[in-house]
Amino acid sequence: MSPAETTIPQGYGKVFSRPQSLSDAPTTYCPGCLHGVATRLIAEVIDELGIKDRTVGIAPVGCAVFLYRFYNLDFVQASHGRACAVATGLKRANSDLMVFSYQGDGDLAAIGTAETVHAANRGENFTVVFINNQIYGMTGGEMAPTTLPGQRTTTTPRGRDVASTGYPLRISEMLAQLDGPRYITRQSLHDAPHIAKSRKALLTAFSNQLEGKGFSMVELVAACPTNFKMSPDKANKWLVEQALPAYPLGDLKVKE
Amino acid sequence: MAKGITVIDKERCKGCGLCISACPFGVLGFSDEHNSSGYNVATAVAPEQCTGCTICAQICPDVAIEVYRKEKAESKEAA
Amino acid sequence: MSLQLMRGNEAIAEAAIRAGCRCYFCYPITPQGELVEYMARELPTRGGEFLQAESEVSAINMVYGAAAAGVRTMTSSSSPGISLKMEGISYMAGARLPGVIVNIMRGGPGLGNIAPAQADYFQATKGGGHGDYRLITLAPSTVPEAAELVMEAFELSDRYRVPAMILADGMLGQMMEPVELPEPVDPADIPARPWALTGAKGRDPNVVLSFDLDPQGLKKMNQELQAIYRQIQHNEIRWEESHTEDAELLLVAYGTMGRIARTVARLAREEGIRAGLIRPITLWPFPYDPIRQAAQSVSTVLTLELSAGQMWEDVQLAVGQRADTPFYGELGGVVPTPRQILKEVKRYVSS
Repeated sequence: MSPAETTIPQGYGKVFSRPQSLSDAPTTYCPGCLHGVATRLIAEVIDELGIKDRTVGIAPVGCAVFLYRFYNLDFVQASHGRACAVATGLKRANSDLMVFSYQGDGDLAAIGTAETVHAANRGENFTVVFINNQIYGMTGGEMAPTTLPGQRTTTTPRGRDVASTGYPLRISEMLAQLDGPRYITRQSLHDAPHIAKSRKALLTAFSNQLEGKGFSMVELVAACPTNFKMSPDKANKWLVEQALPAYPLGDLKVKE
Repeated sequence: MAKGITVIDKERCKGCGLCISACPFGVLGFSDEHNSSGYNVATAVAPEQCTGCTICAQICPDVAIEVYRKEKAESKEAA
Repeated sequence: MSLQLMRGNEAIAEAAIRAGCRCYFCYPITPQGELVEYMARELPTRGGEFLQAESEVSAINMVYGAAAAGVRTMTSSSSPGISLKMEGISYMAGARLPGVIVNIMRGGPGLGNIAPAQADYFQATKGGGHGDYRLITLAPSTVPEAAELVMEAFELSDRYRVPAMILADGMLGQMMEPVELPEPVDPADIPARPWALTGAKGRDPNVVLSFDLDPQGLKKMNQELQAIYRQIQHNEIRWEESHTEDAELLLVAYGTMGRIARTVARLAREEGIRAGLIRPITLWPFPYDPIRQAAQSVSTVLTLELSAGQMWEDVQLAVGQRADTPFYGELGGVVPTPRQILKEVKRYVSS
């Protein structure tokens, strides 16, 4: 059954459909990957705020490298980790643009740490969407800065040894210490209620930009079933039991 | 008639099953069908149970699900 | 119009503002500090954005972003900082983004020193970053020429959608000369950028990227780049030539060394040596043909550089077996005097 082939009886109204800002292209994410949910939520928020015609997205290097294909928006591809610098350039060149970057944990919290910290500290008026799935997805499941102690990855085959590789990097907590950012929050994508909260957080982050309030970052904790080598369901359960205790949810900074 | 209708775009579905386990009413299950990418796609196996709550669509990473709900004028209003 | 006494670094900054540079991103490094300071002081008061970035890497990626948004944009640095920018320059080349990068070269490799050098020629002209790309590379030898070439760099970069580099050195950056500044560019004369990211309003989305997983697609993208590069090679080679008609010995030098070579040629003529000079102004595209032509009638083509011999390779390519192609260079930020070089010239003439 496809939407075009389906006849909906009279008296039913559509309560959920694809957002306008999404293109028709299928995503290149693996089955059950919560990147897809984050991608959709951003589109919904852009639709809701009516900013599609002035939004520029920044695609990262990583699993969301094809992000530009999934939206009906102007897009730029940034080199690995540099999205916050590219966003700064875009926004400084044209402050009417609504700019968002979409970055994974390797991109934002390893190779792009400096760009992220300094853009936040300057209070740059753009929105960062940070997907924390505790692993490098695209390159083959290597250790990320966010990988949990003991977690097995292809570069920590015996589990992450904190004595040698350090601890999970809680970048949202770090950024929340700075005077620059407006809004730093961590949400999760593992079930519908948390997805609703994530959506609300994204709406706040984009609204802040619209109102010229400065730097907002929404960290979205997600699972990578393929590299966790788990079914999507099991990966989400693991997320709740293992990852969320290390990454407590909620607003970390709300500057009034 | 059920309160809700889910319409799954089977070409978008990657058969991850998240909608199936998320549905509180057991509406969804795997079909016998595979799409052109080879994914075993989800379908409404108990459509009469659907309330149109949209939880399946919320969790679907591929935005493959549309949800319709019986409009309030025709449904019995809760007090 | 009036003459103003300006430092090279300041003249470059002022020319960039007059060329319509709207966004300038930098990271402090010697010997181009005055350029940064001038921009910090002037650009915000003249409708532009100045931002000191957290690193050279960030600065070039800010240039990438501002260029994608469709404005004229620039960054400047010196050798070690330019190395850091190479990733971003490669991305700009791949994404067909215009922008100007100024390299006020200093001694290297590594931290080197802050004295004038020309050891970044390979990096600028042969692709310091990854992939098959070229930078339009302009090498001024005087302060007025620096100002002129900055205007030119913005024009060429826009026209071809290829990043352009001003390759100068610490001596030119620091020296003061009278400059007649070029007239500011009328914003209406800046080429339209239909590809820029301005929000997909009433048109299909624009995408700026340097990426195609499909080898056939990336091949096509590269072929398009190469076609542009051939156009630039055809249209934009610039050089200065003096006394080549009757020369027995040809000097080839650029930038600061080109300036010294002018004096060397004069001193040589005074001593009865018929020396000519070709001073490449575009280092890429390189003036192979003019050098080849001039080499027909000389026995020696002497390349002079503040390096171990980088442009020398291009001169050898141009000259082939037509003449001897010796090299004289200084290393590590040492600048030779014209008399020292004249001694060298005499060696080749007497033999």
